Amino acid sequence: MAKLLIIIPAFNEEENIIRVIERVRNAATQLPADASMDIVVINDGSTDRTKEAAEKTGVTVLDLPYNVGIGATVQTGFKYAAENHYDVAVQIDGDGQHDPQFLPGLIAPVLDGKADMVIGSRFLDNRGFQSTFMRRLGIRIFYAVNSLIIRQKITDNTSGFRAYSANAIHLLADEYPSDYPEPESVIILGLRKFRIHEIPVVMKEREGGRSSITLFRSLYYMVKVLLAIFINIFKKQ
Amino acid sequence: MENQTVEIFRIQFVAIAVSAGMMAFVFELIRRKKLREKYSLIWFAAGIVMIVLSVWRDLLDRVAFLLGVGYAPALLFMVALGFGALLMIHFSVVISELTEKNKTLAQEIALLKQELKKNKNS
Repeated sequence: MAKLLIIIPAFNEEENIIRVIERVRNAATQLPADASMDIVVINDGSTDRTKEAAEKTGVTVLDLPYNVGIGATVQTGFKYAAENHYDVAVQIDGDGQHDPQFLPGLIAPVLDGKADMVIGSRFLDNRGFQSTFMRRLGIRIFYAVNSLIIRQKITDNTSGFRAYSANAIHLLADEYPSDYPEPESVIILGLRKFRIHEIPVVMKEREGGRSSITLFRSLYYMVKVLLAIFINIFKKQ
Repeated sequence: MENQTVEIFRIQFVAIAVSAGMMAFVFELIRRKKLREKYSLIWFAAGIVMIVLSVWRDLLDRVAFLLGVGYAPALLFMVALGFGALLMIHFSVVISELTEKNKTLAQEIALLKQELKKNKNS
């Protein structure tokens, strides 16, 4: 029996969170019969009623005492998954961008023991919401840099729609970047020879609330993440 | 000539007094537990170097000559700036450490709160 944990990081997502949880629950019917699924919402110090909304649905809620950023929030989920011995962890954003209908496809390579990390990529099929021009430019840079470093094509390094194996969960519970973690975590796992797969997914534009990445922060984002990636090459593995 | 000697003596005296005053202030902060010994070492080191350079004027001239600094007091500024930069890097390291610990603490609190709630309900 494979234990599956859905990690939903949420910061001020009271408009979206209930719908996201419902959709994940609907997708659970498509999972293999020998898999059990739990959902954990991690509230990153929201100032709205995200926590109350999530609690109403009966899922487990981890309530951070103050805002710690997306990386530390998702890492809290990995710590919870590691402590409670989950076999697979899936990260789904709390803003409704990630369609849970892709869940079975996302976890299949992990359940089959073929991958330690599966990334849901927007760019394998190029369908659905493809993000803005500037962001796609940034995404292309990560594609080039990361593929070069780990010698494997990774098309969607910024996707936060991912599945992880128990081995990956344990590593990331100890070591996960604090802010803008997605591209860097590909490097962290890739350099340690964890097996990374990508499957095509279709993403939506967020339905309510507001993205955490404003245009203004994009440049800082690129510089910070590229520096972090660069430093990772020189870290002891 | 005599006037000049007095002036040199005066600036020396001021430099020593300021350095000693700074060290006394740092010492007092530690005594009142406002500052940890660990973070005071670099301040004491700066104070001692400044006092040595003030008392032993010849040393400053010699080192300046060795490094090719034409105007010896400029070396004093360089040393002071160097200590300033060192201190700020030191602070960045301390802040990074604190941030990391703070993050871990927040995560532990979230996990423990959930555990507590689960136990209460069962």
